[in-house]
Amino acid sequence: MSFDLVANVVIAGVLTGLVYGLMALGLSVIFGVVRVVNFAHGEMMTIAMYGATMLFAAFQLDPFLAMLPVAAAFFVFGYVMQAGLINPFITRPEHSQFMLLVAVAIVMVNAMLMIFGPDARNVQLDYQLESFEIGKILLDKARLYAAAAAIVAAAALFLFFRFSLTGKAIRACADNYLGAKVVGLNVKKYYALTFGLGSACVAVAGCAMALLVDVTPALGPYYTLLAFVIVIVGGLGSMTGALLGGVLIGMSEALAGLFITPSAKSMFSFGLLILVLLLRPQGLLGRRS
Amino acid sequence: MGLLAILLIALPAAVGPYALSVATLILYFAYTGQAWNVMMGFAGQLSLGHSLYVGVGAYTAGALFFHYGIGPWAGLWLAMLLCVAFGLVIGFLAFRFGISGVYFALLTIAFAEFTRIGFDHLDWLGGPGGMFLKVAQRDTWDVLNFRGPPLMYYYSMLFLTALAFLICTLLLKSRAGYYWQAIRENEEAAQALGINTFRWKMLAVAISAAMTAVSGVFFAFYYNNLFPHEIFSMNRSIELILGPVIGGIGTLFGPIFGAAVLTLLSDGITEALAALGWEIPGIKQVFYGLVLLIVVMFLPHGIWPAVAKKLKIHA
Amino acid sequence: MLEVRHVSKSFRGLRAVHAASFEVPEGSINGLIGPNGAGKTTIFNVIAGVYAPDAGEIVFEKKRIDGLRPDQVCAAGIGRTFQLVKPFAGLTVLDNVMVGAFLRERTAAGARVLSNSILKKLDLDAKAALPASSLTLPDRKRLEVARALATRPRLLLLDEVMAGLRPTECDQMVEVFRDLNRREGLTILLIEHVMRAVMALARHIGVLHHGEVIARGTPEQVVRDPAVLECYLGEETPV
Repeated sequence: MSFDLVANVVIAGVLTGLVYGLMALGLSVIFGVVRVVNFAHGEMMTIAMYGATMLFAAFQLDPFLAMLPVAAAFFVFGYVMQAGLINPFITRPEHSQFMLLVAVAIVMVNAMLMIFGPDARNVQLDYQLESFEIGKILLDKARLYAAAAAIVAAAALFLFFRFSLTGKAIRACADNYLGAKVVGLNVKKYYALTFGLGSACVAVAGCAMALLVDVTPALGPYYTLLAFVIVIVGGLGSMTGALLGGVLIGMSEALAGLFITPSAKSMFSFGLLILVLLLRPQGLLGRRS
Repeated sequence: MGLLAILLIALPAAVGPYALSVATLILYFAYTGQAWNVMMGFAGQLSLGHSLYVGVGAYTAGALFFHYGIGPWAGLWLAMLLCVAFGLVIGFLAFRFGISGVYFALLTIAFAEFTRIGFDHLDWLGGPGGMFLKVAQRDTWDVLNFRGPPLMYYYSMLFLTALAFLICTLLLKSRAGYYWQAIRENEEAAQALGINTFRWKMLAVAISAAMTAVSGVFFAFYYNNLFPHEIFSMNRSIELILGPVIGGIGTLFGPIFGAAVLTLLSDGITEALAALGWEIPGIKQVFYGLVLLIVVMFLPHGIWPAVAKKLKIHA
Repeated sequence: MLEVRHVSKSFRGLRAVHAASFEVPEGSINGLIGPNGAGKTTIFNVIAGVYAPDAGEIVFEKKRIDGLRPDQVCAAGIGRTFQLVKPFAGLTVLDNVMVGAFLRERTAAGARVLSNSILKKLDLDAKAALPASSLTLPDRKRLEVARALATRPRLLLLDEVMAGLRPTECDQMVEVFRDLNRREGLTILLIEHVMRAVMALARHIGVLHHGEVIARGTPEQVVRDPAVLECYLGEETPV
């Protein structure tokens, strides 16, 4: 087991992890603000991946270019879902909200199964086979570009929340529901906006992921759980935490795949989740609510 | 209630083998739903990883039979013991560390998934290829080895479901039932009234796990093949809870009613679609999802309470 | 019966209670008053076991109870109500009280008998079969008291139970407590802002300010204490 091999695997894991991180970022934003556990998150990611593959199949559209239309579509979808479906549920008990999204997830996964069938689909571009060489380190071009896209998207979101007026308004709603209402913010609208933004994140992550992995409907539940593991490990409500968690999980999956067996890689992630839930439930960078 | 009992006992005489298997399935879900309901409906702890107990129960009894020829009646006890152990571990970890609500649900999912992947790598239990129990389609009832015609399985499940109903009824009206509901409604207030909430929550988990273990044992000897990715899957966990959620969490009759409604409808839809020539994988689950969606949105307490009100029953 | 000795409790650097000491003699009704934020509910929570004190002791019937869990404190004989009532909304009024009754009664039948008698005492027996969520606030407060009483406490901690009640309702509650104290020897410690109730009920009063006990004595003494007047009652003394 040479150092180079391990290093390459770790780097690949980190890059993939950044894309995971973007996906988890969407979840963190949604949960951090709307306080709804989006159990359909992974399914949304999978739909985005299918979107990218469909656009590629139809128009030979590079997934990076597909990001824009898919993200826009997802933003609208997310907005509508929050406004129409979830907003009435804010006052309902937790398990009720949860079950609502479980139901949505079930419908999504199986709709995908119905429409696309169980066989894997993917995108095929030349640069997926190319890589940059830095000494003995090989950086897959596709993976590097995907990670770069993830960082750019995350940065954009971060700037939005920090500096824009809408972003601040959303943060206000997250901090204090009643207080935000009292100062006249239309909280429900901002919730919908947030869900839309979170969904757009997922869309970008999905398009990026389409370059790295084949899509099957079964990815839906897998990514949902992965997103939760990342968000909890990184810290609910922390944006950098989501990215950090993503990188950690990406790395641990890669290493587990190398040292144990590939099929056991998610066992690590779940083990990590259990540990974090028990020992530091606010995650690495989260705040104790 | 008496009428229903007579109907159920007499059912096999009136219907064909396919309908009988559907009825057995309904009872299976009704029973397992009731077991889950003890934890969620009574004590308010949302478990979304209940397939863990079905799987552990099934594999324990199955492995004992497969490797040592030990019959299901003996295997049953070890299965229950192991499941209770698992449940107590999860419960202890969760309750000691103050994990509840959604986080608890996620913890249960994580454990189920962890176990699923683990079993995939245990070759002694068949690994991903599965474990197959010797099938002996006998016409005679071999109760000792739990082998026999479908009729035997039907009546066993009917017995189990009735037993579970009895147990749940007794529990609900006892000190345990009151204490669990108090914990469910407001844990802080419950503590102020002298309830050791940790101990009672653990009890709910243990009883639920033990009951579900029996489900697993039944599953092993009814279907005779066990695959980790199938029995421990998230889909199974969700399938188990659909009955109680749709029927009515926390009620006595809800899980049974929900299981019946769901299975009958889904079967009806599958038949209708087959007749139309639409046999698409996944369509049954889309249906499940939509029904769940509608019930959660418009009937948050489940269908049974509304029906019970109309029929003026209190269960 | 109850001794609070030099109890201190801080939350993340904020000193809620500091070296508070007072006694509750058996069979008496005692009041704990003070401005908002004085630390009254914190002391209750420390007594009831919700928090462990950072320093000091709580002694109940000659045994130390500080550091016990809330359910253990209840089992030891101290019942409590909450400032913001916490009914079991999904259960009926009777079932609510039965939850409390099950502490001392092991059978459902016994619990039911005890619960019904308590409901009668608090004038809630007509509403026994109603869901708790359908009750008005005064009734919810009564339910809260009934539930606590079902655990057969020897000391009852009442946290602002009069808040939100109209004067007539308040007087009714005062009667109930006086009755319980006289007939059954129930010792009561109550936190109150409603002076009407405190003056009518309490034989001894402790005054808290900024987490410290600044005065103790009979109502008449406390009302004239200059320290109390300065911080709490102001120039006028509404009695």
